[in-house]
Amino acid sequence: MNEYTLPILFGVAVGVIARVVMLRTDYRQYPTYLHGKVIHLSLGFIAAFLGAIVSPAIMEKEFTAVTFLTIAASQFREVRNMERNTLTELDGYELVPRGNTYIEGIAIAFEGRNYLVIFSAFLATMVYLAWNIWAALAISLVSFLAVKKLMSGNTLKDIVHIQHMEPHFEGAGLYVDNIYIMNIGLPQRQKEILEYGMGFVITPKNVNAKTTIANLGQRQAILHDVSVSLGVFRDSGTPALVPLIKRDLDNGRIGVFILPQERNVKRAIEIIGAVPVLENAIRMPSESNANLRKEEDV
Amino acid sequence: MKLEKTILASVTMNRDNVTGGSPIYVCDNKEEMDQLAANLEAILDGISHALSDELYIIVKH
Repeated sequence: MNEYTLPILFGVAVGVIARVVMLRTDYRQYPTYLHGKVIHLSLGFIAAFLGAIVSPAIMEKEFTAVTFLTIAASQFREVRNMERNTLTELDGYELVPRGNTYIEGIAIAFEGRNYLVIFSAFLATMVYLAWNIWAALAISLVSFLAVKKLMSGNTLKDIVHIQHMEPHFEGAGLYVDNIYIMNIGLPQRQKEILEYGMGFVITPKNVNAKTTIANLGQRQAILHDVSVSLGVFRDSGTPALVPLIKRDLDNGRIGVFILPQERNVKRAIEIIGAVPVLENAIRMPSESNANLRKEEDV
Repeated sequence: MKLEKTILASVTMNRDNVTGGSPIYVCDNKEEMDQLAANLEAILDGISHALSDELYIIVKH
C-alpha cells in the first residue's frame, strides 16, 4: 500500500460502475447473455485502470507514461472492429437486417463508452488525490450523470410525427397513403398483405429531419426495431412479404410498410417513435453556410 | 452466383406479350397463371410482379 493505492482503486471502481451503468441489455438484445457482458465488463475494467493511473503518473513526473493511452486508444478501436465484424456476420441471418449504418452506430457506441470510462476513472482519481474522497465521490456522481446523458441520443419521435395509415392496393401497386411501396402480383399475396400489413406515414418536423429520415440506414433501423419488437410475418423464401420504407419525393415524408405478428397500432407508433436517430444518418442542411446566408437575405 | 434485379421467369396468358430472355410460361386462364406464379415464386425465391392482368414476371431482388 502506498499513497496512490486507494485513489487508484477508487478510480477503477468508479470506472467499472460507469461501464455497468452504460451496459444495459434492452430490446436490441445486444450484448446478449453472460459472455458478451463479461467481454465488455473486462474491457471496461482495463479502461478504468488506464484512466485511474494517469494522475499518479503525472504526479510522479512520469510524463512519458501517458503515452500508454495511445495503446489504449488502438485497443478500443479494435473493440469497434470486433463489434462491427460480429454484427455484420450475424446480420445476414436476420429476417429483417439491422443494416450497416445501425451496426456502425452500435460499434461506435461501444468504443466511445470505453473512453467515457477512462475519463470518469481519471477524474475520480485526480480529485481524490488533489482534495479528498468526498470531493471524489461528488465528481463521480456528476460523471455518472454525464455518462447517462451522453449515452442516450435522440429518438425518432423528437424529429418526426407518426401517423397510422392502412396500406391499400391500386391494381398491383401497394400504397401507404399516396406513397408507392411495391408491386405485388399474386392475389393471394395481396390478401395476406392487406390482412397482416400495417402502414405508417412519418412526417419530418423540419428540413434536417427530412434529410435524416431519407437515409437508407435510418430507414432500415426503423424496420429492424419494429420487427424485433412486434415480430415479423415472414420467413426465408418469401421475398414478397418484406417490410419496406419508401419516400414521398414531393415533401420528404416516408411511408413505412410493416408486417408485424402483433397488430397493435398504439404500440407500433411507440416503437417507431423510440427508434434511435442514428448518428451517421444525422444531417444538418439548415447549418450550411448557403442556407444561413439565405435566411439573412430574407 | 448471386442474381440481383433479374427477371427469372415470365408467366403470361398471351404468347405475344413476351419474347426471348427468361423462360416464358404460357397459361390458359388466370387461375392457372396465379398458381404457376405462386409456385415459381416459392421455388425461385423471387417476387411475382404484375405488369398487366395477363402478364406476371418473377423477379429476384
